[in-house]
Amino acid sequence: MKPEIIAEAIRILETDIPPDVEKALERALQSEGGLSRQVIAAMLENIRLAREGGVPVCQDTGSLVFFVRTDMGCRELFNAIREGVALATESVPLRANIVDPLSRRNTGNNLGRWNPVVHMEPSHDGRTRIGILAKGAGSENVSAAAMLDPDQGSDGIRSFVTKAVENAGAKPCPPIVVGVGVGGTLDGAVTLSKRALMRRLDELSPDERGKELEEKLLQEINSLGIGPMGFGGKTTALGVKAEFADCHTASLPVAVSIQCWALRRVVIEQEGAEAVIRRF
Amino acid sequence: MGEEFRIGTRLGGEEVTRLHAGDVVYLTGELFTMRDQAHLRALEILRGGGRLPFDLAGGTVYHCGPLVKGNKVISAGPTTSMRMERSEGELIERTKLRCILGKGGMGTSTLGALKRHGAVYMEYPGGAGALAARSITGIRGVFWRELGDPEAVWVLDVKDLGPCFVTMDSYGNVLRRKP
Repeated sequence: MKPEIIAEAIRILETDIPPDVEKALERALQSEGGLSRQVIAAMLENIRLAREGGVPVCQDTGSLVFFVRTDMGCRELFNAIREGVALATESVPLRANIVDPLSRRNTGNNLGRWNPVVHMEPSHDGRTRIGILAKGAGSENVSAAAMLDPDQGSDGIRSFVTKAVENAGAKPCPPIVVGVGVGGTLDGAVTLSKRALMRRLDELSPDERGKELEEKLLQEINSLGIGPMGFGGKTTALGVKAEFADCHTASLPVAVSIQCWALRRVVIEQEGAEAVIRRF
Repeated sequence: MGEEFRIGTRLGGEEVTRLHAGDVVYLTGELFTMRDQAHLRALEILRGGGRLPFDLAGGTVYHCGPLVKGNKVISAGPTTSMRMERSEGELIERTKLRCILGKGGMGTSTLGALKRHGAVYMEYPGGAGALAARSITGIRGVFWRELGDPEAVWVLDVKDLGPCFVTMDSYGNVLRRKP
């Protein structure tokens, strides 16, 4: 994998919004009124300008998170991702967002310890698939996780997620997309909640209980009335996506990754020598 | 729905009293981008009896970390204002700034300072960085760049930047219940 392909995928990711998200915003424009309608109109105009001008949709070009499935050499791919991020920081350009947590000193090129974030798992079909998510901090700062007791079940999960969205209010730039991770260990649930954001809004959960959780949560969240940028309305979330893992018999981990309306995702698929960047 | 205004970014007390929560504003003039680190540094200087290298009196602070390349602003929407809640009231009091532009709303400490010192809080649509950049006509200067580009104070010239929504006014009115 060449760093230039990673950098090109980041450029495509940062300067456009996936078609399903844009369509969902267009629907919200029809159903909202007043200031809420005005901000949705500004968001749509912003998407058009970013696409036409080839400039990042949002100045917060995010923390870059990579979901990799491969049976290539791990070291080679990891290095290509890091080089690609540094390259994209110059060429797209990206804002230099990564700092030391205490001194707050900026590394200048979006590289740092554990940044970018790279999740690796083996591929079983010989293909390499690299999903990339640009996660802005406004929405990341209101994401949350909890260790529930097993007897709290689905009701407890829904109540925790809805509460997190309510507490977030206008801060994460609603309408949001909500990623939910259930099960695993605490870190596993958090990773799942991010991975959930890589699913298209119209891609239903393959799991019946997952589908039900997503539908109920979307309904509950949109009853909160927060609305676009917190100005009130029916559209607080454009979608809810849930992912599951098995967990310890004593635990019920749940995590919620809140994503602003500017959901930026892309995938690189490689088979043999050919790499294709796909917006989806 | 409120009224629509086209105003400058240096405001007098009288102008501030014309603005009410729910109004829509288009701003022309200079903005000072200030976020987390710039607030901390400004207060450290002012508490020590020093002067800031830029004049905020009557001016507008923009909660924003712009994406800048060379001398061009590429994308520059607002950042979440609530992170600056612990500093904002004191910054208003010490500098006599009159307008804050951000997103997401602010808390009771800021609201109290807006009321006491005659200032307003406005919001620009979050995430609309490319749209905002279109209304930025130039960079007049930059201070404290060693804080890193997102945290530095950029003095930006804007023309008709909007829609900016007044969500907290100098009378203590707030557009939404909680930030």
